[in-house]
Amino acid sequence: MAINHLAPEKTEQFADNIVGFARALRSAGMPVGPGAVIDAMSALQVIDIGNRADVFTTLEAIFVKRHEHALIFKQAFNLFFRASEEWKHMLDSVPLPEEARKKPQAGARRVQEAMSQPRMTETPQHQEQDLRLSVSDKEILQKKDFAQMSAAEITEALRAIERMHLPQAELLTRRYLPDPRGLRLDLRRTLRASLRTGGDIIDIHRRGPIQKPAPIVALLDISGSMSEYTRLFLHFLHAIGDARKRVSVFLFGTRLTNVTRALRQRDPDEALASCSASVEDWAGGTRISASLHNFNKLWARRVLSQGAIVLLISDGLEREADSKLAFEMDRLHRSCRRLIWLNPLLRFGGFEAKAQGIKMMLPHVDEFRPVHNLSSIQELIATLSRPLPPHHRSLIRSAA
Amino acid sequence: MTSATLPASVDAMLELLTSRGYLAERSLATVTYLSLRMGRPLFLEGEAGVGKTEIAKVLSAALGRKLIRLQCYEGLDVSSAVYEWNSAAQMIAIRMAEAAGDTDREQLSSDIFADRYMIKRPLLQALEPDVAGPPVLLIDELDRADEAFEAYLLEILSDFQVTIPEFGTVKAPHPPIVIITSNRTREIHDALKRRCLYHWVDYPAAERELAIVKSRVPGISAKLSQQVVRFVQALRDQDFYKSPGVAETIDWATALSELDARSLTPQVVGDTLGALLKYQDDITRMQGDTLQKVLKEATSEN
Repeated sequence: MAINHLAPEKTEQFADNIVGFARALRSAGMPVGPGAVIDAMSALQVIDIGNRADVFTTLEAIFVKRHEHALIFKQAFNLFFRASEEWKHMLDSVPLPEEARKKPQAGARRVQEAMSQPRMTETPQHQEQDLRLSVSDKEILQKKDFAQMSAAEITEALRAIERMHLPQAELLTRRYLPDPRGLRLDLRRTLRASLRTGGDIIDIHRRGPIQKPAPIVALLDISGSMSEYTRLFLHFLHAIGDARKRVSVFLFGTRLTNVTRALRQRDPDEALASCSASVEDWAGGTRISASLHNFNKLWARRVLSQGAIVLLISDGLEREADSKLAFEMDRLHRSCRRLIWLNPLLRFGGFEAKAQGIKMMLPHVDEFRPVHNLSSIQELIATLSRPLPPHHRSLIRSAA
Repeated sequence: MTSATLPASVDAMLELLTSRGYLAERSLATVTYLSLRMGRPLFLEGEAGVGKTEIAKVLSAALGRKLIRLQCYEGLDVSSAVYEWNSAAQMIAIRMAEAAGDTDREQLSSDIFADRYMIKRPLLQALEPDVAGPPVLLIDELDRADEAFEAYLLEILSDFQVTIPEFGTVKAPHPPIVIITSNRTREIHDALKRRCLYHWVDYPAAERELAIVKSRVPGISAKLSQQVVRFVQALRDQDFYKSPGVAETIDWATALSELDARSLTPQVVGDTLGALLKYQDDITRMQGDTLQKVLKEATSEN
């Protein structure tokens, strides 16, 4: 019955079915291009389409390009090739991950906010005053805690974050590039140049290693106690993700979510919206230990392999602080080049690491820094752009 | 032509692989068959040790094709993956020409950038015609190479051609059979995956793993092999940092049969656990209760 869709004698219907199936996959959030549809048709011509399992594997090999999509594909396949009903109705019953649902339009949030802001009805002069911050105002803004900012100040802070230019923290790679001051001799180029003078070598060409920004992996705590900061940090991560290509972002509260792809969208509002849509435990509790465990097990090998710098953004207020937390922190520390812990609690002058969780985590970080206002974020950027220290465990810059 | 020797159906493919001792899941045989028929690269992803590399070796042996292997690593560049000029030989040629009083620059340039001064690396070798038919090109652990190399592969994988500035474009008369593997230490760009057939190679089910162990470790007793497979399967359910792959199962079974073990005991398991688990943390976790529990599961009769 299922295979009715693929009746070979009705080529047209057959093609229609593949196109329809591709559309179903697309609306389930899988990136399926027209090229894949053509591939699918030619692939189905060389196998026995009476064998459902083979048809499944064939279509899977063509439409699924990421292991994470395998589940969606399986469900869609089972639904689509079951009966010839309208697939759309059935698709609604598929338990799709949140990110697969239709994304809100770009700037929707901004529009919404603009509509609900009383500022819209205020006089234009007033608005102008708001935006024209004097120098001293800016200084205050630099030092002001994110948690205490008014809506207008947050807007200004967001703008400042967007303007932040991230210089490249360089990492020497093992690839080479023509470089007049490089240390290696570029024989190929030298020889080619020598041909112009009939074989006499006049210029010696050299090569030097290519420099590349080190990848950054951010683990951002989105539990309730961090809620005043998360949005700004996400903006910050979006901004630096724009400047350098290799930034991976994970959010964690009670569970860990990879939002790297969601944050890749150009528009910051759209990026943040799709980010929050993919997270289920926004502003809930914290399970740092469990989240780190998941990260270490599922992701560490995939995102930390190329000498990444890890930014752990959390207040470290963990309820279930036990030896497991120390163990996971240690593992994380050992698998990255540099582990920087950013903790907004450090804004308090007399902060002491009294909480059990913080005590557990502190021995395993390379650097412990505050992030609660613009100037501390700028300091962070300066740190990130300094040349990386060689791979050793430097002293902890303790808060105490 | 060469395609005559290629299997004509999924079942034939399955048979071909089995005849060479590779007991594949039907789904893997299907994608392999498709990749041969459609002339598309096959992109295999999965945990380490599930037999991704092995399939390329088996294919080349079964089809009688040359196996060309490109092991990827960080910093892999054109000169070690595609071609390099033999500069020393070129230099000598220039000197010889000079000594002979040959001063025609055009002639010199076309002489020294000729085929015989070129050192061919795996990718270029794979594009060359071979009497036995297009070779099997294994691009192993692509996730270890950096993105720049990945981008370079795009041209080769879609058109099977390479452009060399001094020489021209080299195009394969018949595209090679390409197998790409990745352990997912890094995500591979979608653009590259799009040009390939993608397949996730999973750990085998118990029965298949048992068959694999039996075929790979011939001397092993039925009882021991069953216990080994059950033990390994139970281990994969545990929350380990690195679960053992099929390669580890075979290693372990070989080790046990070398030690003349008749069945699994805490003593013999403890001594040989290093063949299965490769992280000290995991080995530590396997001591005591966990070991007892898993062992009990594996050795219980039913």
